[in-house]
Amino acid sequence: MSAGANTAAEVAAAVADAHRREWAFVLAATVRVTGDLDDAEEAVQDAYARALETWPARGIPANTGAWLTTAAKRRALDLLRRADVSRRALPKLVGIEGAAASAPPSPLGARDAPDADDAENSVVADDRLRLIFTCCHPALAFEARVALTLRMVCGLTTTEVARAFLVSEPTMAARITRAKRKIAAAGIPYAVPAEADIRERVAGVIDVVHLVYTTGHTAPEGTSLSRRDLTERAIELSELLRLLLPKDRDVAGLLALIYLTEARRASRTDADGDEVMLEHQDRSRWDRAYIDKGLALLATAVDGAAPSRLTVLAAIGAVHDCSPTWEQTDWRRIALLYDTLLAVWPSPVVELNRAIAIGFAESAQSGLDLLDGLAVEPSLVRYPYLQAARAGMLVRLGRRDEAVAAYDEAIALSGNKREQDHLRRQRGAAGGFSAFG
Amino acid sequence: MAEYLLLINTDESVYAQTDIDMTADHDAFRARHADVILGGAGLYGSDTATTVRTDGTGNAVVTDGLFAESKEVMGGYYLIDVPDLDAAIAVAKDVPAYRGGIEIRPVMVRN
Repeated sequence: MSAGANTAAEVAAAVADAHRREWAFVLAATVRVTGDLDDAEEAVQDAYARALETWPARGIPANTGAWLTTAAKRRALDLLRRADVSRRALPKLVGIEGAAASAPPSPLGARDAPDADDAENSVVADDRLRLIFTCCHPALAFEARVALTLRMVCGLTTTEVARAFLVSEPTMAARITRAKRKIAAAGIPYAVPAEADIRERVAGVIDVVHLVYTTGHTAPEGTSLSRRDLTERAIELSELLRLLLPKDRDVAGLLALIYLTEARRASRTDADGDEVMLEHQDRSRWDRAYIDKGLALLATAVDGAAPSRLTVLAAIGAVHDCSPTWEQTDWRRIALLYDTLLAVWPSPVVELNRAIAIGFAESAQSGLDLLDGLAVEPSLVRYPYLQAARAGMLVRLGRRDEAVAAYDEAIALSGNKREQDHLRRQRGAAGGFSAFG
Repeated sequence: MAEYLLLINTDESVYAQTDIDMTADHDAFRARHADVILGGAGLYGSDTATTVRTDGTGNAVVTDGLFAESKEVMGGYYLIDVPDLDAAIAVAKDVPAYRGGIEIRPVMVRN
């Protein structure tokens, strides 16, 4: 990029890119000036809007993050000067005063925001970590933590966050507003937690990021199987955490799991966007770079550590990733890993997956017996995968009519159109005919 | 610095236990956190509580008992002055609590 005019399309792309890469950086730096998440958010939004207006004529700056940070800080100071001090009902964020005093924002002057000096902005890497820990504080409700992280750290709009979690925009706006209010009123510090609490607090952050990833990986509703916007944000968040907390094994485990799952993304859907089961995926399309990075991270994560939910899930993903064909899958190892997972994280869904693994490691009948035993689980009654898994075992046992009935149940329970289409095709292959196609 | 009220909610059946010495436990707690405790007290049991209910139009009804019945009852409180919620949580975790929990309420700042 160089100074000079850029086309509107170039600018739009650069702003979108800066939004994805730099939002947390710019916001975290601006919070230092405002001492308030709301004001900082407004200032950062304004800075991005100004970028869209001024970059076409002035050219895209070499360091977009620095430009945006300077513009946002300037806007924040404007807001602060204009604000009636008495209107502020809530206290300032706790924990930023000392650092803010030692690193004052650069003086104003130039009409256009210059590229800020890097020395000032280089200290802010740590600020992103403060922002993440503040948004994921255990004193906030879990759903509020997820919403705040997507809004404040990833820069998604309230509309986008609402859409991702299938709630109305006013509901999501109220949830985010209430969370920001609590941060200020309850004195949730804008700080990295004390050493004694860090492990527990990192676990809370990991839960949030993992939920964002899984929600994106198989969207619970809608017309596309996955939500790239969410999985990409989760990957970025995990990579950011890895960068900021390089010694944390749980963070390494999270990123390992995401890489080892993401490695199969290209082959997960066909040209029409329909789901392709692991069994039928073109393994030559799996991303070796992701697999290698994931395996290395997994080794770091499990080195001398007790198994955790994420590392066991990552290990299961690794068995699939390293298996040259479906037929060569080491199902006994996978079944054993599910045993371990059940011990650290008991849940009916884990039992379901263990039953499927045993269905391949031993026999379809033993898998089916275990699945039938799970049919009484209240949490699985409306879970389409239980019926889909039963159908798979019934097909292998040659009990086609029962398989078709199980597929019909799974189709009725699924809320994702792609998943339903996929189940319909499987039902067709099992020998069922339906007027609904 | 910010003030927080720590409301100690306890299952009152623990008061009947003879193997715990609440006075000694709380004296030790006060000594550990003398620098942040502004005040605090224990309360007599829920059977001594009286509630005055008002409907907002000047009518008041006096009744015997707690405002809201629950298994855990507020048995005491501390007012502390600490830098932030994390510090308040750390103090709350150290409050002698037997069966129940500590509710942390930030005290409103008045200008």
